[in-house]
Amino acid sequence: MSTTNPPLPEFDIDPRAFRHLADAQVGVELDTGDMILNLGPQHPATHGTLRLVVRLDGERVVSADPVIGYMHRGYEKLVEFRTYPQITTLINRIDWLSSFANEVPFIDAAEQLMGIEAPPRAQYIRTVLTELSRISTFVLFLGEMGLQVGALTPAFYGFRDREHVLNLIEAATGGRFHPNFNRIGGLKVDLPWGWVNDTRTAMKTIFDACDTFEDLLVGNEIFEARTRSIGIIPPELGAAYGVSGSNLRASGVDWDLRRDGKPYLAYPDLDFKVWTHPDGDSFARYWVRLQETREAARMVLQLLDGMPAGPIMAKVPRIIKVPEGEAWVETENPLGQMGYYVISKGATGPFRVKIRSASFSNVSILPWLLRGVFVPDVITILASLYFILGDIDR
Amino acid sequence: MSDVSGTEAPEADVEAEPTEDVTPDPHALDDRHTELVERFGTELGDAVLDQASVFGMPVVRVRRIEWRRAAEVAKGALDCDYLCFVSGIDWMPAPKEGGDEAGSDTSAPVQPQEVTYGAAGSDGRFQVFARVQSTSRLWGLTLKADVDDESLLVQSWVPVYPGADWHERETWEMYGFVFDGHPALRHLYLPSEFEGHPLRKDYPLLSRVVKPWPGLVDVEPMPGEGDDAAETTAEASS
Repeated sequence: MSTTNPPLPEFDIDPRAFRHLADAQVGVELDTGDMILNLGPQHPATHGTLRLVVRLDGERVVSADPVIGYMHRGYEKLVEFRTYPQITTLINRIDWLSSFANEVPFIDAAEQLMGIEAPPRAQYIRTVLTELSRISTFVLFLGEMGLQVGALTPAFYGFRDREHVLNLIEAATGGRFHPNFNRIGGLKVDLPWGWVNDTRTAMKTIFDACDTFEDLLVGNEIFEARTRSIGIIPPELGAAYGVSGSNLRASGVDWDLRRDGKPYLAYPDLDFKVWTHPDGDSFARYWVRLQETREAARMVLQLLDGMPAGPIMAKVPRIIKVPEGEAWVETENPLGQMGYYVISKGATGPFRVKIRSASFSNVSILPWLLRGVFVPDVITILASLYFILGDIDR
Repeated sequence: MSDVSGTEAPEADVEAEPTEDVTPDPHALDDRHTELVERFGTELGDAVLDQASVFGMPVVRVRRIEWRRAAEVAKGALDCDYLCFVSGIDWMPAPKEGGDEAGSDTSAPVQPQEVTYGAAGSDGRFQVFARVQSTSRLWGLTLKADVDDESLLVQSWVPVYPGADWHERETWEMYGFVFDGHPALRHLYLPSEFEGHPLRKDYPLLSRVVKPWPGLVDVEPMPGEGDDAAETTAEASS
C-alpha cells in the first residue's frame, strides 16, 4: 500500500476552454468586450462641464475622447460686437479663477495699438494683482488635488486660505471673482488705505498654507502612490500639443513667459526663480505649483517693497478708438500661456480677436495622455492638469 | 508681392524708420527675431510671399501650397517646438448696419466698409493664421496663408504638430476651412447638427437678431407712460 497519492493526470488543455461551461451554469455569457464609460458632463472630477467618453477594457482605458463645448459662449464672435472697454467684462469670464490675469494681455494689446503706456504704479499694481490671482488659483488646486486622491482635509484648507487672497482682491477691485479693474491706460482706482500691510500679512498666511499642504500631501504614501509616474507628459510632445505653464515646466521645460517672453508689466524688475521638475508626472505638476505659489507670494512682497508712487492712469482720449493694426500679446497666466491676437481697423471695437486660452491646449493632450491608464488615475490626471472649463470653452 | 525675397523685407522694415524718427520704432524686431525671419526665408525661399513685423513679432505670409512645409521648417530647422494656436480670419467687412442681416442693431462698433488686409497682406477674403514658438530659443513666429474662397482647402498641420487637431476642428466649424490630412473633422464646440460658420463676417450675431439692441425694448413702461401701461394698470385696479 503506497502512502503517496497517485500523481494527478496532466491535462494539456487550456482551462479557458471550459469557460463556457461555467457561464452556462448561471446562464450568463461573460462579455469581455470594451465598455464605454461616460465621465461627465456633471462629474465632480471634471470641474464643470467637461465630458470624457472613455472606452474601457477592464480597468484600463483604451481610448478617451473629451467632448467639450457645453459651455461655449462664443467670445470671439461677441467681442466683435463690443467696444474695447466693454470687452474686459467678457474676458473676465474666460478663466474665472484668475479673472484679473485674463484682462492684462487684452488691455496690453489695446494699449500697444494705441501707443499708450500705463504709468509704473499701475504696472506694479497690475503685477501684484496678477500674482495674487495666481496664488488664489493655485492654493485652491493644492487643496483640491488632495480631494481627488481621497484626502478631504486639504480641500477645506485650500478654500480657507484662498479666502485671504480673494478678500484682498475684493478690497482692491470691488469684485471677488470678476474684478473688471483694468482700464486702457491704467486702472480704475488706486489701492485702498492699509491694503499693502494687509497683503503683507496675508502672504505670511500663504507661506504657512504651503507648508501645511506640503506636510499633508508631499511624502504621504497614498498621495505619492497615486501621483508618482502617472500621467507622464514628455516635454517634446507636450510642447507640440501646446501644453504650457506649470504643466510644461513640470515636464522639465524651463520656459516662463514672465522671464522669457517679451517683457511685460513689472516682471523685468523682479528677481524670481522659475521652478521646473524633470519627471512630468502628476506629482511633478503638484510640486511645481506648490513652489510657484511660494514664489508668487515672494514676488508680491518684492513688488510691495518696490511699489512706486504716482498716477495710475495715463492720458487717454475720452472715446477710445484703436488705430488700425495687429497686436499679439501673450502672458504667463496661472493656467499657462494666455494670448490675444487683436486685429483693429480703427474703430471703437476690434475687427477680430483670437483668444488663445491655456486650458484648451492643456486638455487637448488628454486623448494621448489617458490611453492605457487605469480608471482611478484618470481622475488624478484630470486634477493635476488643472483646467478651468471657461478657459477651455471660451 | 511674390518677388520679395525672404531676407530683404525685415531689414528694410527695421532700418528705414529709426533714421526718420527719433522715437524707436515699436514694430522693430530684435536681433533674435531678425535671425529667425532670415533663416525662415532662406529655408522656404519662394514660398514666402510677404513679411511684416508687428510690435516686435514677425508675421510671415506663405504660399497656400507650402503651408505644411512652413510648419515642418519651423519645427525642424528653427526649433519652434511649441504650437500656440491655429485659427482663421475673415477679412470681409460685416454687412452694413441696418441691413437685413444685422436687424436694427445700432450698438455694435461701426467698422469701415472698405476691405483692408492686415500685416503681411492677403489675396482674398479668407486667411488661416497660426503661431509657433520655441521654448529653447525663445522666439516665435506668426504664419499666415491665404485660403481659396471656392475650395476652402488648407493643408493640415496635424502630422507636424499633433496639437493642431483641436485648433483645426475649431477653425473648420467656425470658418468652414477644410483641413486636408486632418484625421477627423468633427464639431468641437457646436452641436453636431449645427449649420453655418459663426465666425464668418456674414454670419449675424443671432441673439441680436432675435432681440434687437439697444435694450430700450426691454424696459417696461413706467405706469402712466404708454397706452399699454395705462391699460394694464386700469385692469389691475378694476
